[in-house]
This record gives sequence, C-alpha cells and structure tokens, in this order.
Amino acid sequence: MKTLGLLGRKLGMTTIFDAAGNSIPVTVLALGPCFVVQKKTVATDGYNAIQIGFEKAKARFERRRVNGKVVKKMVFPNKPLAGHFKKANLDAMQNLIEFRVEDIDKYQVGQELKVDQIFGENVRVDVMGVSKGRGFAGGVKRWHWRGGPETHGSMFHRAVGSIGASSAPSRVYKNQSMPGRMGGKKITVQNIKVVKVDAEKNMLLVNGAVPGAKGGLIVCKQAVLAQ
Amino acid sequence: MDLIKSIESSFLKKDIPRFIVGDTVRVDVRIVEDDSERIQAFEGVVIARKGTGARETITVRKVSYGTGIERTFFLHSPMIGKLTVVKQGKVRRAKLYYLRDRFGKSARIEERKPKVVQQTAK
Repeated sequence: MKTLGLLGRKLGMTTIFDAAGNSIPVTVLALGPCFVVQKKTVATDGYNAIQIGFEKAKARFERRRVNGKVVKKMVFPNKPLAGHFKKANLDAMQNLIEFRVEDIDKYQVGQELKVDQIFGENVRVDVMGVSKGRGFAGGVKRWHWRGGPETHGSMFHRAVGSIGASSAPSRVYKNQSMPGRMGGKKITVQNIKVVKVDAEKNMLLVNGAVPGAKGGLIVCKQAVLAQ
Repeated sequence: MDLIKSIESSFLKKDIPRFIVGDTVRVDVRIVEDDSERIQAFEGVVIARKGTGARETITVRKVSYGTGIERTFFLHSPMIGKLTVVKQGKVRRAKLYYLRDRFGKSARIEERKPKVVQQTAK
C-alpha cells in the first residue's frame, strides 16, 4: 500500500455551503508546495521512495565557546543537512518526510509537488497531526472516568480509586488507566473527505476536524482505506 | 487566517438588513421536497446572534399554539431566502434566553423608537 502525501499546516476551521445549501464544517489546510529532495531506489536503498521537503528552513544559531572564544554556530540546518539539500540543488527546508512510491521514474529530484497533483475533490485522505498537549492530566479528563459525587458529604471527587484487586493478581495490570501526560501525540484521522482543492492558494479543505492546534504541522496523504 | 476569511467571503450575503437581538424578524426558509421547492416563513424574536463571517447564526424564537419553538439558522446559508425585520425591540441583553422561562405578558419586548428605525433603514 503506497500512499503519497504532502506536508502542510493546519490553518483553522470554518463552515462552507454546498450547492444544495447544506452547511459543511471544514478544516483549512495549507499544503505544500513540497519539493522532492531525494529519490531512494531499490538499487541503492532496497526500496523505492521519495523524500520531500516543506517550508524554507529558518536558520538557527547558537553561541558556543570554542577554545575560549565565543563562536556563532549554525545549528539548523547543520552541515550534513545543508549538504543534503545542496546535493538536490534546493534551498534548505524545515521539514522532511519520506513516502514509498512504486513508479519512482515519475519523479525527479527538485521537482515541485503541488496539492492538485496528488489530491482531487471528493477523494479520501488521512491526516496526521500532533494533538494539543494537555500536560499532566487527571484520570477524569484523560480516561473519561466518571468521578465521584461532588456533594452529599462525598469525600471522593476526581481522585484515582481502586486500580485492581488485592492478593490475586498481586500486581497492577498493564495499561491500567492512570493520570499522566495527555495529548501532544501523533494522531491520524483516517478516510476524511476532501471538499475543495485550490492549487493557486496551495489550499485543501477537508470535511471535519483534524488533530492539532492552528498552525500545527500536518501530513496529509491519500487514504489507506480507500485503496 | 486571511485564507479562511477569503473562503468565507464568497459565501457572505450582502443584502442582510441590519438587525439586533430583540428584533422580530421573518425568515424565508427554502424547503426542498424531492424536486419541488417552496418557501416557508418563520417569524419570531431573535434571541441570540452568534459567530462571525460565514459561520454567523441567529436563533429565532416564536410561540406557536402555546409551545415555544426555536430555530437556529446560518445567516449566510443559501437555504435562507429573504430576511425581513418586522419589529424592532428594545432589550438590554445580548442573549434573550430568559424568554424561555416566560410566557404571556412578561415575555413581551418593548418596541424601539421610530427615530432609530429611520437610521437603520438606510
């Protein structure tokens, strides 16, 4: 199952109306343009894939002390990465991702991939993003525990209750739901419908919600389930 | 953000009259049944106006045969035809949810002065 996709950013949600007058909740994604940075072939790497880059790199510097002297050193893109882009004759880019492809000959290094080349209207896509971080969250929020009564003298509100039986099994089972870090994880929503493609604005409208905050990096690819 | 605004701008209606919460409006709702289409009017008091841009909605409340009925419309939806302001009300709240608990005399809304009517008619 080879699915090609693009990197992009989530811009936010809005409502549009279709020809029949139905309101459709949509998420606006700014996808691409992405560039082919590297081609991997069976001969060289054992599999066929293209590596694509997105967004011009924002150079990041750090002051480091070398032999007692303070030197300004470029930490991003570092020398190996800068060489990688130089080989492809492209400007350094912020984000890279690899997609397996079958027809590798279709792509050239340096080739621009735009949103309308990969996606069409009413096509199904999978969107990956990093969900909003909730920090250290309690069990009620993280696992939808019911919690205890707030009143009537109850002294048990949102705390952790029993986490298992006693002498048997004498241990806590794995995957026992407990408070902890919530969100900030990669989430994929599968098989959501593309409502509109706009190549000029590098924009894709998909039906419904997409994981992550506004401005968050997302990967939008052809739906696995649709194949 | 600007991209979102530009998407919404293509759906925005320009002929929506000025009205505020508390006004009585008549909303012409398009009803499509199989292949025939007709227009049904829904007249009542605007008790809430929410959202911005293409997402803006109004909640219209009327009392029909003793039963309160509320409908929420997307203001810019193509399902809504004409919207006419029937009466202008004088209220001191942005949301008139208190009308739900009232009926009869206490659910009345005072009418605004005609001077204001001339201003908004422009």
